[in-house]
Amino acid sequence: MYSYTCCAAIYEHVSTSQREVVAIAPVIVAEDLRKQFDEFVAVDNVSFTVEEGEVFGFLGPNGAGKTTTMKMIQCVSPKTSGKLTVFGMDVTTQPREIKQLLGVVPQENNLDPDFTVFENLLVYSRYFDRPRAQVENMIAELLDFVQLREKQDKPIEQLSGGMKRRLILARALINTPRLLILDEPTIGLDPQARHLIWDKIKSLKAQGITVVLTTHYMDEAARLCDRLVIMDFGRILVDGKPDALVSEYIGTDIVDAEHNPRVIACLNRMGAKYDVWGDTVRVYTAHPQDVIAALLNDCGLGTITARAATLEDVFLKLTGKKLRE
Amino acid sequence: MSRGYFTVPKLSSRVWKVWSRNRSVFMKTWRVNFFPPFVEPLLYLFALGFGLGRYIELIEGMSYPRFIAPALIAISIMNSAFFECTYGSYVRMYYQKTFDAIIATPLSIEEVITGELLWGATRSLIYATIMLPVIAAFGLIELPDSLLIIPFAFLAGFLFAAIGMCFTAITPNINALNYPAFLFITPMFLFSGTFFPLELLPQPLQYFALAALPLTHVVGITRSLTLAEPSGFFVLHLVWICVVSLVLFVLAVNLMRRRLIV
Repeated sequence: MYSYTCCAAIYEHVSTSQREVVAIAPVIVAEDLRKQFDEFVAVDNVSFTVEEGEVFGFLGPNGAGKTTTMKMIQCVSPKTSGKLTVFGMDVTTQPREIKQLLGVVPQENNLDPDFTVFENLLVYSRYFDRPRAQVENMIAELLDFVQLREKQDKPIEQLSGGMKRRLILARALINTPRLLILDEPTIGLDPQARHLIWDKIKSLKAQGITVVLTTHYMDEAARLCDRLVIMDFGRILVDGKPDALVSEYIGTDIVDAEHNPRVIACLNRMGAKYDVWGDTVRVYTAHPQDVIAALLNDCGLGTITARAATLEDVFLKLTGKKLRE
Repeated sequence: MSRGYFTVPKLSSRVWKVWSRNRSVFMKTWRVNFFPPFVEPLLYLFALGFGLGRYIELIEGMSYPRFIAPALIAISIMNSAFFECTYGSYVRMYYQKTFDAIIATPLSIEEVITGELLWGATRSLIYATIMLPVIAAFGLIELPDSLLIIPFAFLAGFLFAAIGMCFTAITPNINALNYPAFLFITPMFLFSGTFFPLELLPQPLQYFALAALPLTHVVGITRSLTLAEPSGFFVLHLVWICVVSLVLFVLAVNLMRRRLIV
């Protein structure tokens, strides 16, 4: 069975003074944050604030600047200009203190193939100055948490993709972080493995850990994030709560109809809001029945699908349909 | 942020955490790791020392095996640190992303690279330590003077680790590491006073070897120690090794930083 309360014990060790420090200010503050590689501007003067205890998402196509932003927060990539503080500390002057409070799940798996599952966590704990006596119990607890206890003596190469992601999550928790950075936490995983990771993220949030994540998966963002931003070309296009973004930019429902001149004429007559996506017309509405009735009665159409509007509709509307490399 | 090639890195005792990561890996496969330094001197001694060496009466007043014994140790010091910090470090950096994983923790890239260099130096120390009794069993080295080679192996190993790390920092890919291996390490192996006295080289080449082939200085010291005959150049060799190690250490760390921190 899942042990949802795992790590609670570990988190009790966090001193109250440490909690207080975090409570008075936002966890991350970015103002006009910029990252430039020669001519290319990867992050173009973005500003955002992450509050304690929330799950904050970065959505965007490939190359939008999400991972670059994560790397600046992690203090591994220096910013070009602007302000960036984590727990009130400047990323340029106090990287060591910040990194002590962070847990990181990178986009690319970087588990140590020279070691077993258990050894990976043990070796990683040394980098955080964890006393060996505490660490052994903690590793057992973390392996239970991510359901890898029975694999603890296996080499990394014998783990499935989902197991590797879970082990990386456990590794990110070895220093009882106050802020967890997840860069595409479920990339390339099957649905079962994704659900398991989502459960873990929710239970960590329930323990008061602040989570910042990037994802391409809209359902993942809608499910997990309290607030999110959509980025493209290094800029933040919108920010807000997932539901609010959907109703603000799309409405409550979507009717997809066949794209032909008659339908377009019909929709224009009705004064409906719509976009054309290839051979489909996407109608944004709060009253799907009326739109369907009108299309069926007035235009005699065959294929119509009605569904609830999702974050993906917002995403595609804002970032366009052009393929990104 | 502009950093020069010779910015002095800020380091802490955390460098030893990287060192102990590599030691843990080494000890997991200790059998296979302890094998080469045990076998290598035997192969060279039989082929060159007792084989080819039969045709050599005396070289600088000593038997040929006795002449090459300190060179074999010096070569092993060179190879173990150089290859650890080229191919070994490159695999950890590029393929395993080990450095990326470590710099997400309170360690800095400067500390990671320094830890790698210290580990390379330690490997040289381990190899020299294993070779000494093997060679001593043939009565080719003077004891206890030769025992000083053990601490010296760490220093000389650090030099070759730093040289290797500089190449690792600038190599476009792992195959290109063959260039320094064949154009620098192999000539050094042959022309540093290893298998024949440096004095046999034309004078300009002797100066070149002293200026640009670090192994020349390392062999100079190991030979003084195995023969228990400190030469007048002993201190000069030592100073050369210390100064060049320090300069290349700082350079290696800065080059690696430029490569990895963007």
